[in-house]
Amino acid sequence: MITLTINQKNYEVDVNPDMPLLWVLRDVIGLVGTKYGCGVAQCGACVVHLNGEAVRSCVTKVKRAQGGKITTIEGLSEKNDHPLQKAWIELDVPQCGYCQSGQLMSAAVLLRENPDPSDEDIDAAMAGNICRCGTYLRIRKAIHLAADMQRKVNRT
Amino acid sequence: MNQVSRRNFIKHTSGAGIALWLGISSRGIAAKTADLASAKNFTPFILVDSDNNITIFNIRPEMGQGTFQSVPAIIAEEFEVSLDQIRIKQTNGEKEFGPQQRAGGSASIRTGYDDLRKIGASAKAVFIAAACKKWDAKEDDCFASKGKIFHKPTNKSFTYGALVEEASAIEIPKQPKLKNPKDFTIIGKQKHRPDVPLKTNGTAEFGLDMKVSGMLYATIERCPIVGGTLKSFDSDEALKMPGVQKVVEVERIMGIYHSSGVAVIADSYWNATQARKKLKIEWDTKGYEKFNSKDFENYLRALAKEDGLLDKNIGDVNTINLSSQNIIEAFYETPMVAHHALEPMNCIAEVKDDKVEIWTSSQVNSTITGSGANDLHKFIGFSPENIKLHAAFVGGGFGRRLNIDYVIEAVNIAKQINKPVKLIWSREDTTQYGPYRPMTFSQLKGGMDDSGKLVMFQHKVISPSYSEAMRPGFDIKTVDGTMVEGIGEQAYEIPNLKTSYVRAEFHVPVAAWRSVTSSTLAFAHECFMDELAQKAGKDPLDFRLSLLTKDSDLKKVLLKLKEFSNWDEPLPKNKARGLAQWEFFAGLCAQVVEVTYHADRSIKIDKVYAVIDLGVAVNPDNVKNQIEGAIVMALGAATKPGITLKNGMVQQHNFYDNPLPRINEIPDIDIYILTGGERIKGVGEPGLPPFAPALANAIFSASGKRLRRLPFDLNNLDSGEL
Repeated sequence: MITLTINQKNYEVDVNPDMPLLWVLRDVIGLVGTKYGCGVAQCGACVVHLNGEAVRSCVTKVKRAQGGKITTIEGLSEKNDHPLQKAWIELDVPQCGYCQSGQLMSAAVLLRENPDPSDEDIDAAMAGNICRCGTYLRIRKAIHLAADMQRKVNRT
Repeated sequence: MNQVSRRNFIKHTSGAGIALWLGISSRGIAAKTADLASAKNFTPFILVDSDNNITIFNIRPEMGQGTFQSVPAIIAEEFEVSLDQIRIKQTNGEKEFGPQQRAGGSASIRTGYDDLRKIGASAKAVFIAAACKKWDAKEDDCFASKGKIFHKPTNKSFTYGALVEEASAIEIPKQPKLKNPKDFTIIGKQKHRPDVPLKTNGTAEFGLDMKVSGMLYATIERCPIVGGTLKSFDSDEALKMPGVQKVVEVERIMGIYHSSGVAVIADSYWNATQARKKLKIEWDTKGYEKFNSKDFENYLRALAKEDGLLDKNIGDVNTINLSSQNIIEAFYETPMVAHHALEPMNCIAEVKDDKVEIWTSSQVNSTITGSGANDLHKFIGFSPENIKLHAAFVGGGFGRRLNIDYVIEAVNIAKQINKPVKLIWSREDTTQYGPYRPMTFSQLKGGMDDSGKLVMFQHKVISPSYSEAMRPGFDIKTVDGTMVEGIGEQAYEIPNLKTSYVRAEFHVPVAAWRSVTSSTLAFAHECFMDELAQKAGKDPLDFRLSLLTKDSDLKKVLLKLKEFSNWDEPLPKNKARGLAQWEFFAGLCAQVVEVTYHADRSIKIDKVYAVIDLGVAVNPDNVKNQIEGAIVMALGAATKPGITLKNGMVQQHNFYDNPLPRINEIPDIDIYILTGGERIKGVGEPGLPPFAPALANAIFSASGKRLRRLPFDLNNLDSGEL
């Protein structure tokens, strides 16, 4: 049995400890917001937070996550009101939407570490996430917008 | 999208009271019924019940192109309901929603616009007539607004729901009065898409996310030599692996391609993939193990010497007498590329007796459930009425999901086990087993008279045939129109024009890739236009305009682009711009690309200006999102390595050796939408074809290097191969 803490809830799963966290989340626990895109840490569709850091769950063995705190897209905010989610909606970022969970989870770490990222900062932090629909310009714009929103909240 | 079965669904949405379905007949005439089950030749689009629930159906699968909202929005505009008053329901390929439950060819709005307006306007007219009857009022005294009918003299009103019973008895007008576009409140206005919030919190359900109780997982090992098939297999080791339930042979059918592979079925996808590595398989490689795409390129070059099949022939390119110094020739080459929808192919199937239930994401829902000759039922041995589909949001289509090979595979596996099964293609499967956009090579020849006017133009396409691949029985002695798409129909006025096609034999699966053959032919055609302009000593834009003396959409677009892109303003010394346009079945777009040229022979793309001609833009911001995406996709196909084969095997595996554009590579993009034209044009594809030629033309202008082969390396113009 492996104990996992996901979005502040505890789960016990009976799986091979080498199974990637991605498939435990999706197929065992049923949290399917985290996506499979490549399986080799190339596309970022599977990004989740492990102890606050962005990790690619497709190459993270589930045993590595034991005892740690995992946050998935389902736990990014309670009411879909993370500044990034609001900015994504305001600018209608997604097209097909498949990569966007991973995009948001990567962006969330960026924004926490760097509340006022430049274009270059955004490009550096987000270059690990592929969007086949090509919504990159909107992703960049939405991260700036979310940074603005976050600053306004912090000021008030 | 968690839809219940059709019967329950109708009951559910009808509530306790009565309901009225409004839509269109198979002859394109507005129609309605209160009894959907017995309605004949009727496609519903609107459902209004007596509780005032207003549902508008989107029949087009949603893959990011925005039809989930834009199809209902057109109806809502004429029906006088606001978007927050309606529920949008995605259809699941149900028979009564007809054969147009597919998304491809940038067709949803361009082919549906007039009918969708008519449906909304007819529905409105029915409710106005119903209200008049109730009030004993004159129609001129009544109007519809925000889902209600108002009586002007008394200011009384009815909701649509309150009028359902009366409306059921009203005859629907055949030719309803449409709104004046200047009164539009939805069409042409920016709208937030209702699927976006679901796509920011992980709740949007894609095919890969669907789940059926008791479901197993499958992965398939297919012949690594493309075109090969299964001879025999030994599953002993695989069956000993944890969680493995069964190993079976499974056939893949896609157009003319048939092959067999070996499916491993396990209690989790991961367990299935681990066991797959333990399979021992003997393949019948049919001689394809000797195939190299490098040899194939030489074969295409050799085929260029053949006359091929004539497509378009205007004037006489052979007898026109031109000075040889006014004639130029060039040869252009483009690679194979993969679609790489980010959601890998997947499908759940469950077989119970003579019925099959399917959960998947597809561009062709009505092909899965339909009764047509090339529909799914033909390949799986179930009658169409026993096929039930649950359609999900589509995690990228780009033409790949016009094919149902992965659905056939899933059903084939499900037939061999007594449980529902989810088949997943890995990224490696997606990269290695195709289908792909095929190589197209182009031979071009053009000539000017002594005044520099272009009077002769020839474009010969050498390539495998999409129609041959996808439509078994296609007559290869006829021109495959898909392979010469657009080249004979550009608006340029050229008195002597010849286009032709030489078919190449090819055993590797090919399938339409966003903007189909225009995505490669435009590169050859529009780069060569620049070569001719240079030969004539003219500005590339002026040269094109000189071939457009008559009014045309293209002329309008180029004139707008000239102004929008500041074409006539000089650029700093190390910067340059290039231009291209493309008009084809899907629509019309022209682009200017600005680049910076560095002394180390590298290129940075600074900016793209795009002008798209649409007739109408239902949601302008969504149009822009589509063009932005098309440009990014074109950037990848022009500057990233394509698909190659060596010893019969695809040499690429995953994104590390078959890369896609990333955020740090994307230029600024400015888009201008031309509306008001007479013809409604498409959105999803037209943004793609002009990009590669505009970029190559800019690179020529900057560096003097004429690139005639895709892809090219922006980091080093002289590297040749990518």
